[in-house]
Amino acid sequence: MKSICLYFQIHQPFRLRTYRFFDIGHKHDYFDDYANRFLMQQMAEKSYLPANKLLLDMIRKHGKKFRVSFSISGTALEQFEMYAPEALKSFQELAQTGCVEFLAETYSHSLASLKSPGEFTRQVKKHASRIQELFGQKPKAFRNTELVYSDEIGNMVYDLGYRTMITEGAKHVLGWKSPNFLYCSASNPKLKLLMRNFQMSDDLAFRFSEQRWSEWPLTAKKYLGWINAMKDSEEVVNIFLNYETFGEYQWAETGIFDFMKAFAANLIQEAKHQFKTVSEVSGKLQPVSGLHVPYPISWADEERDLTAWLGNELQKEAFDKLFQIEEWVKNSGNSQLEQEWEKLQTSDHFNFMSTKWFSDGMVFRTVNPFNSPYDAFINYMNVLSDFTIRVERAGASKKQTVDAPAKKTRTTAKTTTSKEKPAKTQATAKKTTAKPKAKTK
Amino acid sequence: MKALMFGWEFPPHISGGLGTACYGLTKALMKHDVKIIFVVPKAWGDEETQNIRLVNASDVLIDIKDKLFREMISKLSYLEIDSTLIPYADDEEYFRITEQLSKGVKADQLSIKTHKYTFQGGYGKNLMEEVKRYALVGAEVARQHQFDIIHSHDWLTYMAGAEAKRISGKPLVVHMHATEFDRSGENVNQLVYDIERAGMEAADMVVAVSNLTRNVVINRYGISPEKVITVHNGVEPATPSQFLEAGKKVDEKIVTFLGRITFQKGPEYFIEAAHKVLKRDPNVRFVMAGSGDLLPKMIRRVASLGIATKFHFTGFLKGDDVDKMFGMSDVYVMPSVSEPFGISPLEAMRSNVPVIISKQSGVAEVLKYAIKIDFWDIDAMADAIYGLLHYKSLPEMFKECGKEEVESIKWGQAGKKVKDIYENLLKKTPNIS
Repeated sequence: MKSICLYFQIHQPFRLRTYRFFDIGHKHDYFDDYANRFLMQQMAEKSYLPANKLLLDMIRKHGKKFRVSFSISGTALEQFEMYAPEALKSFQELAQTGCVEFLAETYSHSLASLKSPGEFTRQVKKHASRIQELFGQKPKAFRNTELVYSDEIGNMVYDLGYRTMITEGAKHVLGWKSPNFLYCSASNPKLKLLMRNFQMSDDLAFRFSEQRWSEWPLTAKKYLGWINAMKDSEEVVNIFLNYETFGEYQWAETGIFDFMKAFAANLIQEAKHQFKTVSEVSGKLQPVSGLHVPYPISWADEERDLTAWLGNELQKEAFDKLFQIEEWVKNSGNSQLEQEWEKLQTSDHFNFMSTKWFSDGMVFRTVNPFNSPYDAFINYMNVLSDFTIRVERAGASKKQTVDAPAKKTRTTAKTTTSKEKPAKTQATAKKTTAKPKAKTK
Repeated sequence: MKALMFGWEFPPHISGGLGTACYGLTKALMKHDVKIIFVVPKAWGDEETQNIRLVNASDVLIDIKDKLFREMISKLSYLEIDSTLIPYADDEEYFRITEQLSKGVKADQLSIKTHKYTFQGGYGKNLMEEVKRYALVGAEVARQHQFDIIHSHDWLTYMAGAEAKRISGKPLVVHMHATEFDRSGENVNQLVYDIERAGMEAADMVVAVSNLTRNVVINRYGISPEKVITVHNGVEPATPSQFLEAGKKVDEKIVTFLGRITFQKGPEYFIEAAHKVLKRDPNVRFVMAGSGDLLPKMIRRVASLGIATKFHFTGFLKGDDVDKMFGMSDVYVMPSVSEPFGISPLEAMRSNVPVIISKQSGVAEVLKYAIKIDFWDIDAMADAIYGLLHYKSLPEMFKECGKEEVESIKWGQAGKKVKDIYENLLKKTPNIS
């Protein structure tokens, strides 16, 4: 008896409009509302709505036996509310069945876990409370942006109260080990880890309609046969996908929806295995081993590393500059600026600057509006330049109003925060030490 | 395998990209064991005038003391044709002579009316006469030599190639380094167009220097797509220049345009982009190096925009001055409206200068570490200039990776491709002896 863990990620970024350098200091609207609306509505129509309907039908048909897990980024949630409220409604319907688990993640699909523990913490909390508001459940398991994970990130997640996290079953981490077991963090054994079975997952996400693939056409029977052929001792099959696999990566015409329907029905009928959500797997199984992950891994590309977002100098400069102004943004007390800064953190912006496609024909994870990584970089930096000026001005005007004791307030602010929070988390402690490093870079 | 090649110029007597390309390709083919008879008209008339009229500021003269070059020359059958060899008076005379040649009459036995000829330059009547006379030479050379294949470079030599094919029955390859549309925009010289088209129709295979050129050949000359193959040019290995490190004498950043100041190079777009940048960032200087028919108009435009204190015209640059210019530049822009290949951005990259190139250039097809814009998109051009000047990781990446990239664009690959074309043609014509 194996647990089959279906997990789907839903994310859409706020794409930037073409923002020229001569707009710097003049125009402060950064986002391409038209494209964002168009793409969200298109994605809802082609993927989210039909896929949700399929899942809802299956839950109604099979009762509690069909179970899935979701994580939805905050930027996607905002765009649902703005552009596709019916999609949000259908996710809420799914939530009400009790067969769907919602995971926590960063609010804006941010890579803050690699740079700023403080911001990471803030975003995770913001996301969790939004999930609770919308879906009536408090997330118990965590997924980081792009399944990025390391020992250090695991510790932060644990400190935030999560005991289960999902990540990539990267070969260089697992070695000879199978992803089909529950693991835990070696540095923090109380944090359980579900490892994505990339073979089984990518068979659906990337290869399903590939006619040159030796296994094409992939039928539900064949796929189930692969699961049945796995060793009896193996306990879980983690099939983690971008939700857009249904209807977007794989068009409806490929038969992906019918495949899913048949797969679930057959699996439930055979009754050899059971569908489980992420937290159910974590609660049911015992970790077989601890995993050491000193360097961050992700679910991207062959390398399963960070190079899709922070691989070249352009990405690094943009990322560093963005976080250099963190303190100013936070001190500005301006919620508009804070929200925009958050949206600028979305990992897609950095993915668009990737030069990896020069070598290995990398697939972009969301629709890329730019002609080249250089266009993406220049455009982002133009936006960031304007944004930085606004943040500086906000800081300056705040200083002016406080007038002379400006210096004093800053020092007192520091002391009060540390006083106010005697049970200071490890994360915030790290923040203060990490900051100067970021600045000197 | 032996190829009979017709060019219009060859180092050291080169006037432009054509000579450089012929040199690079010939060298590469010889490395692939292709023997070559290279036919060029001897510099006639006023050689100096000719050079100055045609030399592109961005073209680099090849050093004739170069060991490789000398080695190559020693192996190459190089035929210089004295241009007074077969003078002719008019079309009627020309066809009478070709008739005789095809019947096996030797050139020196031809009955022809000789007259003194002087080269006058331009695409005038006399150049046309030269082209036709060169064709006669082609026929004669074809009769006197053994070879397997004929290869003609640019329209000037197409008639010669076609004549050689007619006489010898060997397959003909014509090489499009530039089309009449690149040279003249929409105001094509019908005579030149006709020669290009006839040459390509007579040819067994057409080589285009870029996909851009290939499309023009197919769409505007009506040549069958199966007959047209793209072979991108290569670049000569770099010769280190002492001027690159010469450094700047001004504090401002320098953005450079270097090329003929003519319609097809798009100088006006560069000026408009400069204006946009200067409005936001006075700490930049723009340089337009080169000369051409649009120069006076460009100077007037710069003056009327009121940016003349930040926008400089150098006039025509040659030799070391080109290297010095690159040494001073922070960004190089090639906004060409139409550029079949375009070697100058490669020269800039080799000198560690980040480049912005128009999508309407053949070289855009082979470069990754360059910003590509539409020549007319002034906003994008200005934005790219601003980005390269202000966001430091971008120029750093271009400097680091661009040089490596340029060095990987070698003539060897082009030579191999051309040899493959030869071999395929020879397979199709089994009557080779």
